[in-house]
Amino acid sequence: MSSLALAVRDSSTMLRRTLLHTRRYPSLTLNLLLTPVMLLLLFVYVFGDVMSAGIGGGGADRSEYVAYLVPGILLLTIGSTTIGSAVSVAMDMTEGIIARFRTLAIHRGAVLIGHVVGSVLQCVMSVLLVGAVAVAVGFRTTDATAVEWLLAIGLLTLVSLALTWIAVGMGLSSPNPESASNAALPLMILPLLSSAFVPVDAMPGWFRPVAEYQPFTPAIETLRGLLLGTGIGHNGWLAVTWCLGLAVLGYLWSTSLFARDPK
Amino acid sequence: MGPSVMPTSSREGAPQPPPAISATGLRKSYGDKTVLDGIDLSVPAGSVFALLGPNGAGKTTTVKILTTLVSADGGQARIAGHDLTTEAQAVRAAIGVTGQFSAVDGLITGEENMRLMADLHHLPKREGRRVVAGLLERFDLTDAAKKPVSTYSGGMKRRLDIAMTLVGNPRIVFLDEPTTGLDPRSRHSMWQIVRELVSGGVTVFLTTQYLEEADELADRIAVLNDGRIAAEGTADELKRLVPGGHVRLRFTDPVAYENAASALRAPQRDDAALTLRIPSDGSQRALRLLLDRLDAAGVEAGELTVHTPDLDDVFFALTGEDGVPQQPKEATR
Repeated sequence: MSSLALAVRDSSTMLRRTLLHTRRYPSLTLNLLLTPVMLLLLFVYVFGDVMSAGIGGGGADRSEYVAYLVPGILLLTIGSTTIGSAVSVAMDMTEGIIARFRTLAIHRGAVLIGHVVGSVLQCVMSVLLVGAVAVAVGFRTTDATAVEWLLAIGLLTLVSLALTWIAVGMGLSSPNPESASNAALPLMILPLLSSAFVPVDAMPGWFRPVAEYQPFTPAIETLRGLLLGTGIGHNGWLAVTWCLGLAVLGYLWSTSLFARDPK
Repeated sequence: MGPSVMPTSSREGAPQPPPAISATGLRKSYGDKTVLDGIDLSVPAGSVFALLGPNGAGKTTTVKILTTLVSADGGQARIAGHDLTTEAQAVRAAIGVTGQFSAVDGLITGEENMRLMADLHHLPKREGRRVVAGLLERFDLTDAAKKPVSTYSGGMKRRLDIAMTLVGNPRIVFLDEPTTGLDPRSRHSMWQIVRELVSGGVTVFLTTQYLEEADELADRIAVLNDGRIAAEGTADELKRLVPGGHVRLRFTDPVAYENAASALRAPQRDDAALTLRIPSDGSQRALRLLLDRLDAAGVEAGELTVHTPDLDDVFFALTGEDGVPQQPKEATR
């Protein structure tokens, strides 16, 4: 068997295992959906009127704020889901079966690739679920074309991939699931500090760099542009660069952690 | 290297096949703690080799190195003819490993665990299904096959563990403390499994802290203590390393007893039981000498028994006081 065929075959076996875990124990995944859904409902129904008044110079009605909010919530959903990936990787590394995998003549990266692909699929599923809730509370896109839809899906997948590789590294470097969950917390905090809830312009000056120089803001602005027709500008390239950078970094970090001798 | 014993019988003429496992000078330290301090091993194909030693002697580290799980700091090893470091994947293809802690996936069912192994060994679907069903049956897990492994008992988990190890039909099987923590019945069924493996031509490398287990299963035993091989040989060879062996002669006739006592030099007498105890290494030559003396004196013993020291004696003699395993002694019986 060629090494590529071996990699594909072993990785898909490992993916099947990851998906089996997710299907057998869906509670972790569902718990992670609670935060984005709660934030969505909170900001629409509780803070909605105030937030709407603050957007677009005070004239906006609530539906406009829903439109503003949802792209950020969708990316926050990805951040939240990948925390779960960090936890399940850390949990998996405490299992004896990982040692067994290391003594098999299988592709060396298969275990991690199985986790990553599983996590990306999980992110996509979570985004679809939260997206359905968003539509239920009144979110509508404005004339997004088929190409824009495809690009939006591509962006969400790319963000999922990038954050997942980082989360896998966090899971591998943590001694136990609890500390993995703590280590991965920035994946959830960063979107809160981005342009997800309020425009960067509306933030105090000292805080703006925090919101600007991080991956979520350009990704959110790009998604807004694709779904709502707002200007994307340089945010598109910025988002793609952030994602590719994080994905490569996370990949190198994770694979070198996994290649170390186990304790 | 400590005292080493030459094999008493070697098949003359027949060319020796290359050993299934050979290692020279294996070293490993964690930080400034030396775990293995130059280990040499040679395990003939088709035999059972036991690495015996107290907790912390380096048994698990040895297994981890030989199964490609961790890398040695020094030394070479060849498994199934492949170099451990340069041909790790070829080594992995030849071996099966059951670690000390169960290497099963607790979140999925026993059958799913087995299927996973079949897929990772790249068995065709139909063959995989056949192998899985066969092994589940053989290890008495068919009824539990559809239940999550987290609900299994310790013995069932261990059986599943071994079954998973055998999916790829490995020619060399490593078992790290396969019976630690098992009840007596499960332990005996594990011994039976090892014997079946060997009768199928598999080479078994096992570690144990139970002397009885090494004695029961292994063709050759190496006593590992403090990162070094303290002694190596068959159980009998090891037993001859320590003093304490003797021949016991029991008589029914007091006259014969007295005659024998005067014919033999310095026997320990037990007049009440009409029993003589003569220090002896139990070798053929020593026994012949003894019997010749008895014949010359014209006495016949009612009963003659040879007592060799058991492995407990060897173990404690070789590993010293602080090498005493933590289990109460009854547990090794």
